[in-house]
Amino acid sequence: MIYDVVVLGGGPAGLAAAVEAKKDGANDVLIVERDRELGGILNQCIHNGFGLHTFNEELTGPEYAERYIKQALELGIPYYLNTMVLDLIDNGEIKTIHVINEENGYMTIETKAVVLTMGCRERTSGAIGIPGYRPAGVFTAGTAQRFINMEGYMPGKEVVILGSGDIGLIMARRMTLEGANVKAVCELMPYSNGLVRNIVQCLDDYDIPLKLSHTITFIHGKDRLEGVTVAQVDDRLKPIPGTDEYIPCDTLLLSVGLIPENEITRNAGIEMDRRTNGPVVGELRQTSVPGVFACGNVVHVHDLVDFVSEESVLAGKGASMYIKGQLDSENTFTTTNGDGIGYVVPQQVAMKNVDETVTFYMRVRQVFKDKVVNAYIGDQLIATKKEKKLLPAEMVNFKIAKDELAKYPSGEIRFVVEDAKK
Amino acid sequence: MKKEMTCIVCPIGCQMTVEEKADGTYDVTGNTCKRGPKYAVAEMTNPTRVIPTTVVIRNAMLPRLPVKTAEPIPKGKIFEAMEAINKVSIDAPVKTGDVVIKDLLGLGIDVVSTRTMDKC
Repeated sequence: MIYDVVVLGGGPAGLAAAVEAKKDGANDVLIVERDRELGGILNQCIHNGFGLHTFNEELTGPEYAERYIKQALELGIPYYLNTMVLDLIDNGEIKTIHVINEENGYMTIETKAVVLTMGCRERTSGAIGIPGYRPAGVFTAGTAQRFINMEGYMPGKEVVILGSGDIGLIMARRMTLEGANVKAVCELMPYSNGLVRNIVQCLDDYDIPLKLSHTITFIHGKDRLEGVTVAQVDDRLKPIPGTDEYIPCDTLLLSVGLIPENEITRNAGIEMDRRTNGPVVGELRQTSVPGVFACGNVVHVHDLVDFVSEESVLAGKGASMYIKGQLDSENTFTTTNGDGIGYVVPQQVAMKNVDETVTFYMRVRQVFKDKVVNAYIGDQLIATKKEKKLLPAEMVNFKIAKDELAKYPSGEIRFVVEDAKK
Repeated sequence: MKKEMTCIVCPIGCQMTVEEKADGTYDVTGNTCKRGPKYAVAEMTNPTRVIPTTVVIRNAMLPRLPVKTAEPIPKGKIFEAMEAINKVSIDAPVKTGDVVIKDLLGLGIDVVSTRTMDKC
Protein backbone atom coordinates (compact mmCIF):
# COMPACT_ATOMS: atom_id res chain seq x y z
CA MET A 1 0.00 0.00 0.00
CA ILE A 2 0.96 3.61 -0.36
CA TYR A 3 0.51 5.72 2.74
CA ASP A 4 -0.59 9.36 2.64
CA VAL A 5 1.70 10.54 5.44
CA VAL A 6 4.45 8.64 7.28
CA VAL A 7 5.85 10.32 10.40
CA LEU A 8 9.44 9.38 11.37
CA GLY A 9 9.45 9.52 15.17
CA GLY A 10 6.75 9.01 17.82
CA GLY A 11 7.77 11.74 20.27
CA PRO A 12 5.80 14.92 20.95
CA ALA A 13 6.46 16.36 17.47
CA GLY A 14 5.56 13.16 15.62
CA LEU A 15 2.40 12.59 17.64
CA ALA A 16 1.09 16.14 17.14
CA ALA A 17 1.93 16.11 13.41
CA ALA A 18 0.27 12.71 12.85
CA VAL A 19 -2.85 13.76 14.76
CA GLU A 20 -3.18 17.00 12.79
CA ALA A 21 -2.56 15.34 9.40
CA LYS A 22 -5.25 12.76 10.14
CA LYS A 23 -7.75 15.37 11.40
CA ASP A 24 -7.08 17.53 8.35
CA GLY A 25 -8.05 14.75 5.94
CA ALA A 26 -5.04 12.48 5.36
CA ASN A 27 -6.47 8.93 5.44
CA ASP A 28 -3.52 6.60 5.81
CA VAL A 29 -1.14 7.98 8.38
CA LEU A 30 1.64 5.89 9.98
CA ILE A 31 4.09 6.61 12.81
CA VAL A 32 7.49 4.85 12.86
CA GLU A 33 9.21 4.85 16.28
CA ARG A 34 12.55 3.30 17.25
CA ASP A 35 11.82 3.04 21.00
CA ARG A 36 9.63 0.40 22.64
CA GLU A 37 6.79 2.87 23.19
CA LEU A 38 5.39 6.19 21.92
CA GLY A 39 6.02 9.49 23.74
CA GLY A 40 9.74 9.99 23.09
CA ILE A 41 11.85 11.87 25.59
CA LEU A 42 8.75 12.96 27.56
CA ASN A 43 8.62 9.50 29.13
CA GLN A 44 11.79 10.19 31.11
CA CYS A 45 10.91 13.83 31.90
CA ILE A 46 8.86 12.97 34.98
CA HIS A 47 9.03 16.55 36.36
CA ASN A 48 6.14 18.98 36.08
CA GLY A 49 5.91 22.21 34.11
CA PHE A 50 4.73 20.90 30.74
CA GLY A 51 1.55 22.07 29.05
CA LEU A 52 1.13 25.53 30.62
CA HIS A 53 0.57 27.02 27.14
CA THR A 54 -1.22 24.08 25.46
CA PHE A 55 -3.53 22.85 28.23
CA ASN A 56 -3.39 25.73 30.74
CA GLU A 57 -2.32 23.33 33.44
CA GLU A 58 0.94 21.99 34.77
CA LEU A 59 1.58 18.41 33.65
CA THR A 60 4.52 16.03 33.96
CA GLY A 61 6.19 14.75 30.78
CA PRO A 62 4.47 11.34 30.76
CA GLU A 63 1.08 12.99 31.32
CA TYR A 64 1.66 15.41 28.44
CA ALA A 65 2.71 12.54 26.16
CA GLU A 66 -0.27 10.43 27.16
CA ARG A 67 -2.72 13.13 26.05
CA TYR A 68 -1.29 13.03 22.52
CA ILE A 69 -0.92 9.24 22.45
CA LYS A 70 -4.60 9.00 23.39
CA GLN A 71 -5.57 11.30 20.51
CA ALA A 72 -3.49 9.28 18.05
CA LEU A 73 -5.07 6.00 19.23
CA GLU A 74 -8.60 7.44 19.13
CA LEU A 75 -8.00 8.50 15.53
CA GLY A 76 -6.85 4.94 14.78
CA ILE A 77 -3.38 5.98 13.63
CA PRO A 78 -1.20 2.84 13.28
CA TYR A 79 2.40 2.79 14.46
CA TYR A 80 5.50 0.60 14.34
CA LEU A 81 7.59 0.36 17.54
CA ASN A 82 11.21 -0.84 17.91
CA THR A 83 11.64 0.15 14.28
CA MET A 84 14.69 1.98 12.99
CA VAL A 85 14.49 4.13 9.88
CA LEU A 86 17.60 3.57 7.76
CA ASP A 87 16.96 5.78 4.78
CA LEU A 88 14.47 8.04 3.04
CA ILE A 89 14.52 8.06 -0.76
CA ASP A 90 12.63 10.69 -2.73
CA ASN A 91 11.32 9.33 -6.05
CA GLY A 92 9.22 12.42 -6.75
CA GLU A 93 5.54 11.73 -6.04
CA ILE A 94 6.24 8.58 -4.01
CA LYS A 95 8.86 8.39 -1.29
CA THR A 96 10.39 5.12 -0.11
CA ILE A 97 11.37 4.64 3.54
CA HIS A 98 13.77 1.83 4.37
CA VAL A 99 13.26 0.46 7.88
CA ILE A 100 14.35 -2.47 10.01
CA ASN A 101 12.90 -4.20 13.07
CA GLU A 102 13.07 -7.57 14.84
CA GLU A 103 9.68 -8.80 13.72
CA ASN A 104 9.73 -8.01 9.99
CA GLY A 105 13.45 -7.66 9.40
CA TYR A 106 14.19 -5.23 6.61
CA MET A 107 11.27 -3.66 4.76
CA THR A 108 10.28 -0.64 2.70
CA ILE A 109 7.32 1.66 3.20
CA GLU A 110 5.91 3.82 0.38
CA THR A 111 4.23 7.14 1.04
CA LYS A 112 3.16 10.38 -0.63
CA ALA A 113 4.31 12.64 2.21
CA VAL A 114 6.79 12.35 5.07
CA VAL A 115 7.12 14.31 8.32
CA LEU A 116 10.60 14.24 9.89
CA THR A 117 10.38 14.31 13.70
CA MET A 118 13.55 12.57 14.85
CA GLY A 119 14.31 15.08 17.60
CA CYS A 120 17.84 15.60 18.83
CA ARG A 121 20.76 13.97 20.64
CA GLU A 122 22.86 15.21 23.52
CA ARG A 123 26.39 16.51 23.01
CA THR A 124 28.82 14.15 24.73
CA SER A 125 32.15 14.51 26.54
CA GLY A 126 33.87 13.56 23.27
CA ALA A 127 32.13 16.42 21.49
CA ILE A 128 33.45 19.03 23.93
CA GLY A 129 36.89 17.48 24.49
CA ILE A 130 37.47 17.73 28.25
CA PRO A 131 41.13 16.90 29.09
CA GLY A 132 41.88 14.09 31.49
CA TYR A 133 40.95 10.42 31.89
CA ARG A 134 37.89 8.57 30.68
CA PRO A 135 36.64 6.78 33.79
CA ALA A 136 33.17 5.37 34.51
CA GLY A 137 30.88 7.93 36.10
CA VAL A 138 30.67 10.48 33.28
CA PHE A 139 27.16 10.65 31.79
CA THR A 140 25.12 12.99 29.67
CA ALA A 141 22.35 14.43 31.83
CA GLY A 142 19.63 12.80 29.72
CA THR A 143 21.21 9.35 30.07
CA ALA A 144 21.31 9.75 33.86
CA GLN A 145 17.68 10.92 33.72
CA ARG A 146 16.64 7.75 31.91
CA PHE A 147 18.62 5.54 34.31
CA ILE A 148 17.01 7.07 37.41
CA ASN A 149 13.47 7.75 36.21
CA MET A 150 12.83 4.71 34.02
CA GLU A 151 15.38 1.98 34.75
CA GLY A 152 15.70 2.58 38.48
CA TYR A 153 19.50 2.93 38.67
CA MET A 154 21.26 5.66 40.65
CA PRO A 155 24.42 6.76 38.77
CA GLY A 156 26.30 8.02 41.84
CA LYS A 157 26.31 9.94 45.11
CA GLU A 158 28.73 12.89 44.79
CA VAL A 159 27.84 14.87 41.71
CA VAL A 160 29.20 17.75 39.62
CA ILE A 161 27.24 19.00 36.62
CA LEU A 162 28.84 20.73 33.64
CA GLY A 163 26.52 22.97 31.67
CA SER A 164 23.39 24.71 32.88
CA GLY A 165 20.99 23.53 30.19
CA ASP A 166 17.52 22.65 31.44
CA ILE A 167 18.18 18.90 31.64
CA GLY A 168 21.26 19.54 33.81
CA LEU A 169 19.26 21.77 36.16
CA ILE A 170 16.39 19.28 36.39
CA MET A 171 18.87 16.49 37.14
CA ALA A 172 20.56 18.54 39.88
CA ARG A 173 17.23 18.57 41.72
CA ARG A 174 16.34 14.99 40.86
CA MET A 175 19.62 13.58 42.16
CA THR A 176 19.35 15.71 45.30
CA LEU A 177 15.86 14.35 45.98
CA GLU A 178 17.16 10.78 45.61
CA GLY A 179 19.86 11.42 48.20
CA ALA A 180 22.89 12.50 46.16
CA ASN A 181 25.06 15.48 47.05
CA VAL A 182 25.19 17.84 44.07
CA LYS A 183 28.27 19.97 44.68
CA ALA A 184 28.12 22.45 41.82
CA VAL A 185 26.75 23.28 38.40
CA CYS A 186 29.48 24.83 36.22
CA GLU A 187 28.56 26.99 33.23
CA LEU A 188 31.13 28.18 30.69
CA MET A 189 29.11 31.25 29.69
CA PRO A 190 28.48 34.24 31.97
CA TYR A 191 24.75 33.42 31.83
CA SER A 192 22.76 30.22 32.25
CA ASN A 193 21.41 28.27 29.29
CA GLY A 194 18.44 27.12 31.33
CA LEU A 195 15.06 28.69 32.04
CA VAL A 196 14.93 31.09 35.03
CA ARG A 197 12.18 28.95 36.55
CA ASN A 198 14.50 25.92 36.56
CA ILE A 199 17.42 27.80 38.13
CA VAL A 200 15.20 28.92 40.99
CA GLN A 201 13.28 25.68 41.57
CA CYS A 202 16.14 23.24 40.92
CA LEU A 203 19.23 25.03 42.26
CA ASP A 204 18.19 27.88 44.60
CA ASP A 205 15.64 25.68 46.41
CA TYR A 206 18.40 23.22 47.36
CA ASP A 207 21.28 25.71 47.77
CA ILE A 208 23.21 24.17 44.86
CA PRO A 209 25.84 26.66 43.68
CA LEU A 210 25.76 27.79 40.02
CA LYS A 211 29.30 28.70 38.98
CA LEU A 212 28.98 30.96 35.93
CA SER A 213 32.06 31.48 33.70
CA HIS A 214 33.52 28.19 34.99
CA THR A 215 34.55 25.06 33.17
CA ILE A 216 36.11 21.67 33.88
CA THR A 217 39.80 21.53 32.94
CA PHE A 218 40.60 17.96 34.00
CA ILE A 219 38.81 14.67 34.72
CA HIS A 220 40.53 12.58 37.42
CA GLY A 221 40.28 8.83 38.07
CA LYS A 222 41.31 5.87 35.93
CA ASP A 223 38.54 3.30 36.59
CA ARG A 224 35.89 5.33 38.37
CA LEU A 225 35.67 9.12 38.39
CA GLU A 226 37.44 10.53 41.48
CA GLY A 227 37.10 14.26 40.93
CA VAL A 228 37.23 17.17 38.53
CA THR A 229 39.34 20.30 38.33
CA VAL A 230 37.20 23.38 37.84
CA ALA A 231 38.54 26.77 36.73
CA GLN A 232 37.14 30.21 36.05
CA VAL A 233 37.29 31.42 32.43
CA ASP A 234 38.00 34.90 31.05
CA ASP A 235 35.81 36.75 28.56
CA ARG A 236 37.38 34.76 25.72
CA LEU A 237 36.34 31.56 27.56
CA LYS A 238 39.98 30.59 28.36
CA PRO A 239 40.71 29.17 31.84
CA ILE A 240 42.34 31.76 34.14
CA PRO A 241 45.57 30.39 35.72
CA GLY A 242 45.42 30.20 39.51
CA THR A 243 41.64 29.83 39.71
CA ASP A 244 41.79 26.00 39.70
CA GLU A 245 39.76 24.15 42.29
CA TYR A 246 39.66 20.36 42.78
CA ILE A 247 36.21 18.96 43.53
CA PRO A 248 36.04 15.29 44.56
CA CYS A 249 33.06 13.50 42.97
CA ASP A 250 32.03 10.08 41.62
CA THR A 251 29.64 11.36 38.97
CA LEU A 252 29.85 14.04 36.29
CA LEU A 253 26.75 14.95 34.32
CA LEU A 254 27.04 16.87 31.06
CA SER A 255 24.31 19.24 29.97
CA VAL A 256 26.19 20.96 27.19
CA GLY A 257 23.73 21.24 24.36
CA LEU A 258 21.61 19.26 21.95
CA ILE A 259 22.21 18.43 18.30
CA PRO A 260 19.26 17.90 15.92
CA GLU A 261 19.43 14.36 14.56
CA ASN A 262 19.45 14.85 10.79
CA GLU A 263 21.32 11.93 9.18
CA ILE A 264 18.17 10.87 7.32
CA THR A 265 17.49 14.48 6.30
CA ARG A 266 21.00 14.98 4.89
CA ASN A 267 21.02 11.62 3.07
CA ALA A 268 17.73 12.57 1.42
CA GLY A 269 19.44 15.64 -0.07
CA ILE A 270 17.28 18.10 1.88
CA GLU A 271 18.69 21.63 2.16
CA MET A 272 20.08 22.33 5.64
CA ASP A 273 20.54 25.52 7.66
CA ARG A 274 23.97 25.78 9.31
CA ARG A 275 22.61 28.07 12.03
CA THR A 276 20.01 25.61 13.35
CA ASN A 277 21.68 22.33 12.19
CA GLY A 278 18.20 21.49 10.95
CA PRO A 279 16.50 21.56 7.56
CA VAL A 280 15.46 24.85 5.94
CA VAL A 281 11.67 24.99 6.35
CA GLY A 282 8.72 27.09 5.25
CA GLU A 283 5.68 28.40 7.13
CA LEU A 284 4.05 24.93 7.12
CA ARG A 285 7.42 23.30 7.79
CA GLN A 286 7.86 22.10 4.21
CA THR A 287 11.51 21.28 3.38
CA SER A 288 13.33 21.76 0.06
CA VAL A 289 12.05 18.33 -1.12
CA PRO A 290 8.33 18.59 -2.05
CA GLY A 291 6.24 16.35 0.21
CA VAL A 292 8.81 16.18 3.01
CA PHE A 293 8.05 18.19 6.14
CA ALA A 294 9.93 18.57 9.44
CA CYS A 295 9.06 19.86 12.92
CA GLY A 296 10.15 19.85 16.54
CA ASN A 297 13.72 19.53 17.79
CA VAL A 298 14.94 18.09 14.48
CA VAL A 299 14.36 21.57 12.98
CA HIS A 300 15.65 23.66 15.91
CA VAL A 301 16.03 22.95 19.62
CA HIS A 302 12.96 24.19 21.51
CA ASP A 303 12.88 25.03 25.22
CA LEU A 304 9.19 24.20 25.76
CA VAL A 305 7.34 21.16 24.43
CA ASP A 306 4.27 23.37 24.02
CA PHE A 307 6.00 25.15 21.14
CA VAL A 308 7.00 21.79 19.63
CA SER A 309 3.32 20.82 19.58
CA GLU A 310 2.36 24.20 18.07
CA GLU A 311 4.96 23.84 15.31
CA SER A 312 4.01 20.21 14.63
CA VAL A 313 0.38 21.14 13.97
CA LEU A 314 1.70 23.31 11.13
CA ALA A 315 3.72 20.39 9.67
CA GLY A 316 0.77 17.98 9.97
CA LYS A 317 -1.49 20.47 8.22
CA GLY A 318 1.15 21.09 5.55
CA ALA A 319 1.45 17.36 4.84
CA SER A 320 -2.31 16.89 4.48
CA MET A 321 -2.60 19.99 2.25
CA TYR A 322 0.24 18.62 0.10
CA ILE A 323 -1.43 15.27 -0.57
CA LYS A 324 -4.70 17.10 -1.37
CA GLY A 325 -2.81 19.27 -3.86
CA GLN A 326 -3.61 22.45 -1.92
CA LEU A 327 -0.09 23.47 -0.93
CA ASP A 328 1.36 26.42 -2.80
CA SER A 329 5.06 26.08 -3.51
CA GLU A 330 5.89 29.67 -4.47
CA ASN A 331 7.93 31.29 -1.70
CA THR A 332 7.11 34.96 -1.12
CA PHE A 333 9.65 35.79 1.57
CA THR A 334 12.89 34.50 2.98
CA THR A 335 13.97 35.32 6.55
CA THR A 336 17.37 36.19 7.95
CA ASN A 337 19.00 36.90 11.29
CA GLY A 338 20.51 40.37 11.74
CA ASP A 339 22.42 41.82 14.72
CA GLY A 340 21.85 39.98 18.00
CA ILE A 341 19.78 37.14 16.52
CA GLY A 342 21.25 33.63 16.11
CA TYR A 343 18.67 32.07 13.80
CA VAL A 344 15.11 32.42 12.55
CA VAL A 345 12.58 29.63 11.78
CA PRO A 346 10.83 29.42 9.32
CA GLN A 347 13.47 30.40 6.79
CA GLN A 348 10.85 30.86 4.03
CA VAL A 349 7.22 31.97 3.78
CA ALA A 350 4.76 31.15 0.98
CA MET A 351 2.00 33.70 1.63
CA LYS A 352 -0.77 31.71 -0.12
CA ASN A 353 -0.51 29.02 2.58
CA VAL A 354 -0.83 31.49 5.48
CA ASP A 355 -4.11 31.75 7.40
CA GLU A 356 -3.93 34.80 9.66
CA THR A 357 -0.48 35.11 11.18
CA VAL A 358 3.02 33.72 10.81
CA THR A 359 4.90 32.89 14.01
CA PHE A 360 8.66 33.35 13.70
CA TYR A 361 10.78 31.52 16.27
CA MET A 362 14.26 32.87 16.99
CA ARG A 363 17.01 32.97 19.60
CA VAL A 364 19.13 35.91 20.68
CA ARG A 365 22.92 35.49 20.85
CA GLN A 366 23.42 37.03 24.30
CA VAL A 367 21.50 38.58 27.21
CA PHE A 368 19.85 41.91 26.31
CA LYS A 369 17.96 44.28 28.60
CA ASP A 370 15.41 46.92 27.52
CA LYS A 371 15.81 46.14 23.82
CA VAL A 372 13.30 45.27 21.13
CA VAL A 373 13.35 42.83 18.22
CA ASN A 374 12.49 44.66 14.98
CA ALA A 375 11.43 43.03 11.71
CA TYR A 376 12.38 44.79 8.47
CA ILE A 377 11.65 44.22 4.80
CA GLY A 378 14.29 46.26 3.00
CA ASP A 379 14.52 49.50 5.03
CA GLN A 380 10.92 49.32 6.08
CA LEU A 381 10.16 48.47 9.72
CA ILE A 382 7.15 46.11 9.61
CA ALA A 383 6.78 44.89 13.21
CA THR A 384 8.32 45.23 16.67
CA LYS A 385 8.40 42.79 19.58
CA LYS A 386 9.09 44.34 22.98
CA GLU A 387 10.77 42.30 25.72
CA LYS A 388 12.12 43.64 28.98
CA LYS A 389 14.78 40.99 28.89
CA LEU A 390 15.99 38.77 26.06
CA LEU A 391 17.81 35.56 27.05
CA PRO A 392 19.48 32.99 24.78
CA ALA A 393 17.74 30.29 26.85
CA GLU A 394 14.25 31.59 26.06
CA MET A 395 13.07 31.31 22.47
CA VAL A 396 11.49 34.49 21.08
CA ASN A 397 8.04 33.92 19.64
CA PHE A 398 7.36 36.73 17.13
CA LYS A 399 3.91 36.77 15.50
CA ILE A 400 3.33 38.93 12.41
CA ALA A 401 -0.15 39.35 10.91
CA LYS A 402 -0.75 38.20 7.33
CA ASP A 403 -2.24 41.64 6.50
CA GLU A 404 1.01 43.34 7.46
CA LEU A 405 3.17 40.96 5.39
CA ALA A 406 0.74 41.18 2.45
CA LYS A 407 1.68 44.86 1.94
CA TYR A 408 4.94 43.65 0.40
CA PRO A 409 5.15 41.62 -2.82
CA SER A 410 8.29 39.69 -1.85
CA GLY A 411 11.69 40.13 -0.23
CA GLU A 412 13.76 39.24 2.79
CA ILE A 413 12.42 39.65 6.33
CA ARG A 414 15.30 40.62 8.60
CA PHE A 415 15.12 40.37 12.39
CA VAL A 416 17.45 42.52 14.51
CA VAL A 417 17.86 43.44 18.18
CA GLU A 418 17.77 47.24 18.58
CA ASP A 419 17.27 49.97 21.16
CA ALA A 420 13.66 50.67 22.00
CA LYS A 421 12.43 53.95 20.48
CA LYS A 422 11.95 56.59 23.13
CA MET B 1 14.38 38.83 58.18
CA LYS B 2 15.65 39.82 54.75
CA LYS B 3 15.78 37.56 51.73
CA GLU B 4 17.01 37.84 48.14
CA MET B 5 15.04 35.92 45.53
CA THR B 6 14.55 35.62 41.79
CA CYS B 7 10.96 36.04 40.66
CA ILE B 8 9.70 33.20 38.42
CA VAL B 9 6.26 34.59 37.55
CA CYS B 10 7.51 35.52 34.05
CA PRO B 11 10.78 35.12 32.10
CA ILE B 12 12.17 38.54 33.14
CA GLY B 13 13.33 37.06 36.46
CA CYS B 14 13.47 40.24 38.58
CA GLN B 15 15.92 40.14 41.50
CA MET B 16 13.75 40.99 44.48
CA THR B 17 14.52 41.75 48.10
CA VAL B 18 11.88 40.81 50.65
CA GLU B 19 12.00 42.20 54.18
CA GLU B 20 9.70 41.33 57.04
CA LYS B 21 8.56 44.41 58.94
CA ALA B 22 7.83 44.65 62.65
CA ASP B 23 4.07 44.36 62.08
CA GLY B 24 4.48 41.03 60.23
CA THR B 25 3.88 42.44 56.75
CA TYR B 26 6.49 42.34 53.99
CA ASP B 27 8.36 44.98 52.04
CA VAL B 28 9.22 43.87 48.51
CA THR B 29 11.65 45.80 46.31
CA GLY B 30 13.24 45.08 42.93
CA ASN B 31 10.03 43.86 41.28
CA THR B 32 8.79 45.48 38.07
CA CYS B 33 5.15 44.41 38.23
CA LYS B 34 2.57 43.78 40.92
CA ARG B 35 2.69 40.01 40.53
CA GLY B 36 6.20 40.00 42.02
CA PRO B 37 5.31 40.91 45.60
CA LYS B 38 2.48 38.36 45.61
CA TYR B 39 4.93 35.59 44.66
CA ALA B 40 7.53 36.89 47.14
CA VAL B 41 5.12 36.94 50.09
CA ALA B 42 3.87 33.42 49.29
CA GLU B 43 7.49 32.23 49.17
CA MET B 44 8.15 33.82 52.59
CA THR B 45 4.99 32.67 54.35
CA ASN B 46 4.13 29.30 52.83
CA PRO B 47 6.38 28.07 50.02
CA THR B 48 5.02 24.90 48.40
CA ARG B 49 6.15 22.57 45.61
CA VAL B 50 4.73 19.64 43.66
CA ILE B 51 7.09 16.67 44.08
CA PRO B 52 7.48 14.51 40.97
CA THR B 53 9.40 11.28 41.60
CA THR B 54 9.09 7.50 41.05
CA VAL B 55 8.05 4.38 42.96
CA VAL B 56 9.00 0.73 42.41
CA ILE B 57 6.52 -1.11 40.16
CA ARG B 58 6.39 -4.88 39.68
CA ASN B 59 5.24 -6.87 36.62
CA ALA B 60 5.42 -3.87 34.29
CA MET B 61 7.51 -3.05 31.19
CA LEU B 62 9.76 -0.88 33.38
CA PRO B 63 10.86 -1.18 37.04
CA ARG B 64 9.83 2.41 37.96
CA LEU B 65 6.50 4.24 37.80
CA PRO B 66 6.49 8.07 37.71
CA VAL B 67 4.30 9.70 40.38
CA LYS B 68 3.66 13.18 41.79
CA THR B 69 1.98 14.80 44.75
CA ALA B 70 -1.53 15.68 43.54
CA GLU B 71 -1.14 19.15 45.11
CA PRO B 72 1.90 21.22 46.11
CA ILE B 73 3.24 20.28 49.55
CA PRO B 74 5.11 22.54 52.00
CA LYS B 75 8.74 22.97 50.93
CA GLY B 76 10.03 21.97 54.36
CA LYS B 77 8.38 18.53 54.03
CA ILE B 78 10.07 17.57 50.73
CA PHE B 79 12.72 15.18 52.08
CA GLU B 80 10.34 13.58 54.56
CA ALA B 81 7.95 13.04 51.65
CA MET B 82 10.69 11.47 49.50
CA GLU B 83 11.49 9.03 52.31
CA ALA B 84 7.85 7.96 52.58
CA ILE B 85 7.41 7.66 48.80
CA ASN B 86 10.60 5.61 48.40
CA LYS B 87 9.23 2.94 50.77
CA VAL B 88 6.32 2.18 48.45
CA SER B 89 6.19 -0.50 45.78
CA ILE B 90 3.12 -1.45 43.78
CA ASP B 91 1.95 -3.91 41.13
CA ALA B 92 0.96 -3.22 37.52
CA PRO B 93 -1.45 -2.41 35.96
CA VAL B 94 -1.72 1.27 36.91
CA LYS B 95 -3.54 4.13 35.22
CA THR B 96 -2.65 7.82 35.16
CA GLY B 97 -4.19 9.51 38.20
CA ASP B 98 -4.48 6.31 40.29
CA VAL B 99 -3.74 6.99 43.96
CA VAL B 100 -0.41 5.41 44.95
CA ILE B 101 -0.25 6.83 48.50
CA LYS B 102 -3.34 8.13 50.28
CA ASP B 103 -2.86 11.20 52.52
CA LEU B 104 0.93 11.57 52.35
CA LEU B 105 2.42 12.35 55.83
CA GLY B 106 -1.06 13.31 57.02
CA LEU B 107 -0.97 16.40 54.80
CA GLY B 108 -4.29 15.53 53.21
CA ILE B 109 -2.55 15.26 49.83
CA ASP B 110 -2.34 12.05 47.76
CA VAL B 111 0.53 10.79 45.64
CA VAL B 112 -0.79 9.82 42.19
CA SER B 113 0.55 7.93 39.19
CA THR B 114 1.53 10.09 36.20
CA ARG B 115 1.42 7.37 33.57
CA THR B 116 -0.40 4.27 32.55
CA MET B 117 1.56 1.02 32.80
CA ASP B 118 0.12 -2.29 31.72
CA LYS B 119 0.85 -5.64 33.30
CA CYS B 120 3.38 -7.72 31.40
